[in-house]
Amino acid sequence: MAPRRHATPAGEADLGLLRVLRDDGSSDRSLDPHLPPERCVELHRRMLFLREFDRKMLGLQRQGRIAFYGASLGQEAAVVGSAACALPGDWVFPALREGGAALLRGMPLRTYIGQLYGNSADESLGHQQPMHFSWRAGNHVSLSSPIGTQIPQAVGAAMAARLRGDRTVVLAYMGDGATSEGDFHVGMNFAGVFRPPVVLLCQNNGWAISVPVSAQTASETIAVKARAYGMPGIRVDGNDVLAVFAAVSAAVERARSGGGPTFLELLTYRRLGHSSSDDPSRYREEGEVKEWERKDPVDRFRKYLLRRRLWSARQEEKALAEIGAEIQAAVREAEAAPEPPLESLVRHVYAEVPAPLEAQLDEVRPAFRAGGKAEGAFPL
Amino acid sequence: MAVMTVLQAVNDALHHAMGADRDVVVLGEDIAELGGVFRATDGLLAKHGPERVMNTPLAESGIIGTAIGMALYGLKPVPEIQFLDFIYPAFDQIVSEAAKMRYRSGGQFTCPMVIRTPYGGGIRGGHYHSQSSETYFIHTPGLKVVVPSNPADTKGLLLEAIADPDPVVFLEPKAIYRTVKGEVPEGDHRVPFGKAAVAREGADAVVLCWGAMVHTALKAAALAEEQGWQVEVLDLRSLVPLDEEAVVEAAKRSGRVVILHEAPRTNGFGGELAALVAERAFEWLRAPVLRVTGFDTPFPYTLEHIYMPDAKRTFKAIERVMTF
Repeated sequence: MAPRRHATPAGEADLGLLRVLRDDGSSDRSLDPHLPPERCVELHRRMLFLREFDRKMLGLQRQGRIAFYGASLGQEAAVVGSAACALPGDWVFPALREGGAALLRGMPLRTYIGQLYGNSADESLGHQQPMHFSWRAGNHVSLSSPIGTQIPQAVGAAMAARLRGDRTVVLAYMGDGATSEGDFHVGMNFAGVFRPPVVLLCQNNGWAISVPVSAQTASETIAVKARAYGMPGIRVDGNDVLAVFAAVSAAVERARSGGGPTFLELLTYRRLGHSSSDDPSRYREEGEVKEWERKDPVDRFRKYLLRRRLWSARQEEKALAEIGAEIQAAVREAEAAPEPPLESLVRHVYAEVPAPLEAQLDEVRPAFRAGGKAEGAFPL
Repeated sequence: MAVMTVLQAVNDALHHAMGADRDVVVLGEDIAELGGVFRATDGLLAKHGPERVMNTPLAESGIIGTAIGMALYGLKPVPEIQFLDFIYPAFDQIVSEAAKMRYRSGGQFTCPMVIRTPYGGGIRGGHYHSQSSETYFIHTPGLKVVVPSNPADTKGLLLEAIADPDPVVFLEPKAIYRTVKGEVPEGDHRVPFGKAAVAREGADAVVLCWGAMVHTALKAAALAEEQGWQVEVLDLRSLVPLDEEAVVEAAKRSGRVVILHEAPRTNGFGGELAALVAERAFEWLRAPVLRVTGFDTPFPYTLEHIYMPDAKRTFKAIERVMTF
């Protein structure tokens, strides 16, 4: 495909900060996407769900029932507001903190929790560490721990969608740390050159494990990097679900109508550690976390709903109870699933299990049958 | 049947595949108007158009990364890496992404793609245009690795690779791109993976080899014949999946095994083949298994002819196993 040129976007959307919701819950009427009330309530319920879900899953990790978890506490608006813009046939290439995007788009809770357990309720049969979800029915591609690899892949999927003549849009998520990777620059460059229907979403949560974004890049903003690749960059208050929704839905629409890629920096904050294995007290001040607690995305949107009388404390209480029960039932169901079968060790390496792999499995089969577990297994 | 070079067979296979299936697309550096630096993709742009024959920016991880996205979406991309020596920026995309997508997702997502790339020395290309680093990919579960040694196999293996449901690294022996000619069947000619070919029969010893080295082995076998030794040349053709039975049977037939490859010796695929022979044909062996390989050095420019195994060096190894 021959490159097509387009002008650098006017204005300074990549240096400013798009905000719709004010701290007091009022909104900028000129920027408010004016979502129908039921849609607003749905966004809030989704954010509540994600927060509760993370809390419960971290609890499971602390109890030793799952090995690892990466929460999105404080980033719910960025996840929910962006994923809500995708249509059912669209594709999502996630980073670590967008499992919630799959849940929002309909991934069964039991399957999701099954992945955390790595048992036979897991679609990938324990092939991967917790948090590495993939969900074919929702075109939610397997997360990769090496950072940024999904960016060129998402661009390629969008190129394929356009070649097929589909009206599919691809969402590619990444963190601020990923913007230092070669694959970020490669993916952005290919996106700029080929202009496929891709929306590139950077959740700038301030920290890549222990390295702050100020040590990650000397650029004034991350969004401004998009200029160099010939695509619009937009910097958005990631703790403002209406701003995220407005900006991402415009980018999705632009991509779907053949207008090419958009890069969005969603400015937010990672209030917990990088993962359940991390200890942020070693590298950052608690005051910074407290400051961001005051900018909580869920509180902020609740204020908006309360002001507009779309939500009440009673409804919130009821919603939390329902969410709690739903999660508990799914945990119970997923936890009860047995371990993956021994054969899963050699499955899905290739379309068919090659004979040498069958032979390797045969070497451990008797021990597995005798003891139930292969020698060297450790409790997780 | 038309007589073609190895390079023409690559081109013929690509034309056939793109004509037969609209999902087959090619992408890479300089592959469109130029037809690739070796002309392997010559004429594809004119025939199949710029949407399916894509010149990319100069970034190997972008070529493979976008190809992975295309494969996930349902296309059959055939990316070209200009030289195997340039593949390393894409190494992560190949070994952690393309190779693992099926496994990572429990079979939900697959990555059928063929990474075509010229490999090997003998063209005065120095370190960055001559290496044989097949071992990295053989050592990566999830990848298949094939290496043709003649025009008919080139077409047959390439079309088989494009039809394969898993990612394939297709190594093209550039040293014989234009020098080896042969008849190539028309249409959808396929050579199945995991089947070695006997390039020359012989009951006294066997040389295990692949790609351009098959021709070196044949020359060495001719030298051995002058001594009255009949040496078999087994062209492995596909390294993953490997035709283990053919290797073991060949080792048992003569009990004398020489392994020949261009890659550095240490941890080269020859070590794996020697281990396979030791595990499954030990009692049949009549001499130590010997390797004839490149040196454990970077690939040299001026002394390339010393670094590269040749017929004489291979013959010396044959002589040693014959006179052990």
